[in-house]
Amino acid sequence: MSRSIIPVLTICAGLVLLWYGGAIWMNWQVVADTQARAGATPGLMDMVRLTLNHARPLLPAPHQILDELWRSTATLPVTSRRSLVHHAWVTLSAALVGFGMGTAIGVLLAVAVVHVRALERSLMPWIVASQAVPVLALAPIVIVALGAMGLEGLLPKAIIAAYLCFFPIAIGMVKGLRAPDAMARDLMRTWSATQAQVFWKLRLPASLPYLFAGLKVAMAAAVVGAIVAELPAGAQAGLGARLLAGSYFGQTIQIWAALVAAAILSATLVGLLGAAERLVARRMGARA
Amino acid sequence: MTALLALAVAAAFAALIAAVHGGAAGAAVWAGVVLATGLAAWLVQRLGDAPERGLAALGAPLAFGATVLALWEVLVVGLAVPMVLLPAPSAIAARFWLAAPMLWGDFTQTFLKAVLSGYAIGCGAGFGLALVADRVPFLRRGLLPLGHLVAALPVVGIAPILAMWFGFDWQSKAAVVVAMTFFPMLVNTVAGLAAAGALERDLMRSYAASPGQTLWLLKLPAALPFIFTALKVNAPLALIGAIVAEFFGSPTQGMGFRITTEAAKLALDLVWAEIVVAAVAGSAFYGLVALAERAATFWHPSARP
Repeated sequence: MSRSIIPVLTICAGLVLLWYGGAIWMNWQVVADTQARAGATPGLMDMVRLTLNHARPLLPAPHQILDELWRSTATLPVTSRRSLVHHAWVTLSAALVGFGMGTAIGVLLAVAVVHVRALERSLMPWIVASQAVPVLALAPIVIVALGAMGLEGLLPKAIIAAYLCFFPIAIGMVKGLRAPDAMARDLMRTWSATQAQVFWKLRLPASLPYLFAGLKVAMAAAVVGAIVAELPAGAQAGLGARLLAGSYFGQTIQIWAALVAAAILSATLVGLLGAAERLVARRMGARA
Repeated sequence: MTALLALAVAAAFAALIAAVHGGAAGAAVWAGVVLATGLAAWLVQRLGDAPERGLAALGAPLAFGATVLALWEVLVVGLAVPMVLLPAPSAIAARFWLAAPMLWGDFTQTFLKAVLSGYAIGCGAGFGLALVADRVPFLRRGLLPLGHLVAALPVVGIAPILAMWFGFDWQSKAAVVVAMTFFPMLVNTVAGLAAAGALERDLMRSYAASPGQTLWLLKLPAALPFIFTALKVNAPLALIGAIVAEFFGSPTQGMGFRITTEAAKLALDLVWAEIVVAAVAGSAFYGLVALAERAATFWHPSARP
């Protein structure tokens, strides 16, 4: 890991430089037009300064995004409708509730599929096939159908997030519960272990690495689900609503700030799951 | 015996569907539903226990799917579920038939233009950069952690920005698809190019093979299973990217556009018809890639019977 720190930092630095170059290049035309209309002929350095500090740039410079992030998280009260913390919390709560529901459904489904042969043969092909279907396209339907039943706000978004995350969990868990080989199962048999004992002492511990792999995919999917669920209904709060409002009013810096916030949120949640995975693995006796 | 049971289930559901469409309701119908569902469960159980051989393996999932569809029809019509909540399959099919030209237009706009071009460019670019990274270890060590990080990010959120750069037409949707498919391809191809064994690589060296020969004769064939994994992961991802990108604004055509506007008008049967198109397109796309994989990596252990 430490071997790749220098290359990663180099590439990140290169990307930031590229970004600044791109910001100058992409905003050049707009700034040049404004200046020409004002009758001004700024020098090269002035032009660069103007392109990097434009209020509505085609591509905002990194420092503008950081500035907006700082302004909308640290300087505004958390309860303000313009605070990014408020919007991030709306999305995060929906994603987490959905993640919890999706995990419960996915694990239960996997346990059922592993123990009932008919379920596996009839249901599993559909679960696998549904991976190829763009489930996010169902988001507007869920919003409208639940809205007709009088449900709005957090729950519809959580249901979409749950819907997105139960597939990876169910598939990973089925694989994991099947992971113990014939030898280990035979050993349990020679000890005349009951079905429940085989499950709790052999299958469940063996499935944990697969479960965590599924959980990490599902967490990222839950955040995407919660964000996308905010688009079709024209939600008032949340990172998705922030993206949509920014795109309506051409507030590019606001869009980028919301995007960075979503990225940080998602990466943090997945990172936490990774830490939990290492913790569990160590408790179970794995060596780092 | 199983065939007889299947016939009985089919007949029972056919009678029930005819009954509820004729306006029948009441205890007799619901008793019929319970009976037919029980029979269907028994049928699925029997098919599931049958030995798994060739087409017989399709029996259980098909019976299960057909039962769900029939139950959906009977319950939605019988209970008079409002269309806003859930339209009956027959209503969706009827709407599909009526709106076929429009659905085809949306399919052309979203799938044939945005998805396919974005998929080709994104996968191609990821593959190309992976070839470069394979030759430059510094680049590889720097790119791989970033590629893994991007997998945890909501990439589709860049749609409004790309719409600003490339306009609202399919070009900006294709750009979203490029961004979504690029990194899975990069990460998998880099892993695949490193998958060739040390023994084989030494052999190529002792034959004094050029880097190009090593790549073409050893590394690329060894990387094919990884590359196809990325191609398969990217197939539904590309469709999702293009549809969701249209939620952020699009010309008055396209699958994502139709889904949002018709859902807002509560024309749920049309939305479901569009979902059927998306599901069929997504599965067919995935299936074609899987078939190509079968043909290209016939030598791999996972493809052998």
